Amino acid sequence: MITYLLCFVLFLVGLFGVLTKRNIIKIVIGLMIMELSLFLFFALIGYVDSGVAPIIVKNMGKVKFVDPLPQAIVLTAIVIGLATNAMLMAIAIRLYKKYNTFDIRKINSLKG
Amino acid sequence: MDKLIPLYIILPLGAAFLIPIIGRIVKGFQKAVTSLVFLFLVGMSIKFIISGVNEPIPYKIGGWEPVNGIPIAIYLVLDGLSVFMLCIINLLAFLSGFYAISYIKKYTAENNFYALFSLMVAGMNGVVLTGDLFNLFVFLEIAVIASYALVAFGIEKEELEASFKYQVLGGLASLLILFGIGLLYWNTKTLNIADISVIIKTSAYNKFLIFSELVLIAGFGLKAAIIPFHAWLPDAHSSAPSPISSMLSGVLIKAIGIYAIIRLFFNMFAVSHEIAITITTLGILSMIIGSLLAIGQWDIKRMLAYSSISQIGYILMGVGIGLMILTSGGNKTIAALSIFGGLYHLVNHAVFKGLLFLSAGAVEYRTGIRDLNKLGGLAGKMPVTSSSSLIASLSISGMPPFNGFFSKLVIIIAAIQGHYYWLAAIAIIISIITLAYFLKLQKNTFYGKASDKINNIKEVPFTMCFSMIVLAVLCIALSLLILPGIREVVMEPVVNAIINKADYLLIL
Amino acid sequence: MTPIVKKVTQLVVGLIFLYGIYIITHGHLTPGGGFAGGAVIAGSFILLVLAYGSDVLKLRKREEGSSVVESTGIFIFLALAFGALFIGTGIFFTNYLPKGVIGELVSAGTIPLYNIAVGIEVAAALFTIFLALVIYKEEVLK
Repeated sequence: MITYLLCFVLFLVGLFGVLTKRNIIKIVIGLMIMELSLFLFFALIGYVDSGVAPIIVKNMGKVKFVDPLPQAIVLTAIVIGLATNAMLMAIAIRLYKKYNTFDIRKINSLKG
Repeated sequence: MDKLIPLYIILPLGAAFLIPIIGRIVKGFQKAVTSLVFLFLVGMSIKFIISGVNEPIPYKIGGWEPVNGIPIAIYLVLDGLSVFMLCIINLLAFLSGFYAISYIKKYTAENNFYALFSLMVAGMNGVVLTGDLFNLFVFLEIAVIASYALVAFGIEKEELEASFKYQVLGGLASLLILFGIGLLYWNTKTLNIADISVIIKTSAYNKFLIFSELVLIAGFGLKAAIIPFHAWLPDAHSSAPSPISSMLSGVLIKAIGIYAIIRLFFNMFAVSHEIAITITTLGILSMIIGSLLAIGQWDIKRMLAYSSISQIGYILMGVGIGLMILTSGGNKTIAALSIFGGLYHLVNHAVFKGLLFLSAGAVEYRTGIRDLNKLGGLAGKMPVTSSSSLIASLSISGMPPFNGFFSKLVIIIAAIQGHYYWLAAIAIIISIITLAYFLKLQKNTFYGKASDKINNIKEVPFTMCFSMIVLAVLCIALSLLILPGIREVVMEPVVNAIINKADYLLIL
Repeated sequence: MTPIVKKVTQLVVGLIFLYGIYIITHGHLTPGGGFAGGAVIAGSFILLVLAYGSDVLKLRKREEGSSVVESTGIFIFLALAFGALFIGTGIFFTNYLPKGVIGELVSAGTIPLYNIAVGIEVAAALFTIFLALVIYKEEVLK
């Protein structure tokens, strides 16, 4: 139970970063920390008491495996997170070249 | 027949990854291949509609059969609602892609545009077809990441800022959706939508399910731009290039937002009355606030973006009234009428909002101005653009005999028959306000005195005219869907697929 | 970069590349597979560019080559999956090559081929992202 609460605390740390920081790169890093807390949550879901890693080797008897499906979900979600972060970083670099600042308070030419 | 189902995903993906390889060598390859692929998919969808999909057709990827009665493959399910959405998505993709053949000549990297466009449509097709929760998330991410890149396509200041805001909020929405999927997997130990529906039906209604329903409403609501999650939409839809604006506002927010809410809340969850009231309240708030914010805008595309929020509220209200009647055990025919109204408004809004964005893009292509104060008097110089824009504006305001009148009429009649008189009154008032700001748009853009800067304006090139004329003809032709003969063929399978929950479980 | 970094990079880059290939090809026996191996291979290329500067690899003004390799990788994947529509039972994405004994290197049907295609694609994609962030092109509207 305590591990799920720690995942939630990590999510709140990331949310704090997105909401309060002024630098664009720090906002992006806050978003990455939120994603990481979700991956931890998924890895914790599939835990079975006294289970081993779900890999089949030759000459194995009856063993209890940990659930492998959340692990596959986390691998796919990591790749999706990579694509999202690459897009954000590319846009952040081009924003700096156009506006000459990383401060989010000065990038407000769209209003209303 | 069911062997053709994965072609909806294979063909756009193949086109998207063939274009960077061959497009550098053969000029004009990318335009031909995208138009042909989407035309073929539209033809296939219309054939599916005419032959009638009364039962869901499952397709197990990889050929893995169920083991001990538990489904282990990823399913692609084609039922009435899916084929309806597929037809709209591919039709608007074909017309926008055809329009973009002339429009994109202003930008430099033409190859990347068509590849990203095909990728976005492949993602949307996948979201609508899939029967597996995590597969829905993966295809949703494919579509959305391609749209982030497309919004920032011409690399100006406003477009980059709009894309950044869109990405941060979209990323938050994806995290919420993934969290909801995690909670559902924790409860039910399976990812198949039909299997989860069976398990939820037989288990008690605990607090985890209510929490996961609320998280999923928040996540998909952020994608569909319902109030209070609408903050990214005016910037993103007004700064994108015009064919992309019409795709985003016409199909993307419906295919990944409204479709997902309908599929999960009608076919999967056992919804309580309070959640139905929540969904309807969000719809009404979107309707009111979207219209009121649209009145004061002086930029064409920003006004159209705010009006999108308002019309999505109409669709959500129609669907929500149906959900409220179903969960309180009311008359099923009134619920069917309300859902029919909501879905009819969905297809109408895709057609006329797409047409409005395309005509705004045509005005910008020739004059370079988007401010309503500076435009005027274009009706004589651009006849095709102004007449199709007039047809679209009259449709969206609900004038007979165009299609918007009939869909709003069905929603209002269903609200009155279900004894929700206040909702019907609000719908009528918001329709009058919609007429007000669209008349402002028409008068300031096309009629009135022309200023000096815009004197030598010609009509737009052929491909742009073709798309606008086809959509304008569809605006008038879609009002035929209200007639009893055509309605049975086209809309009955759609509404039956949503209301009869037990039909979806036939795929197991 | 300093001569120490350049000398160590010279010694180590080939080993990293080989390790990445090992992770990709043994993807059906040990943890790892296409994505992890592809990331390691991309790491070896990026290490080379970072240590020696962008003149050594003769980086041109656009990142065309790695973009074409990336598209080829995914296209091979899609062609393999599409080929399943014509062989055997004719369902998309089936495993249609003969599966051998569990634990051998040449076994499990088409899974090693999918791993190799994904590995090529991920390595090229990560290298393209790195090049796109490093080479800043001036975008001029026509």
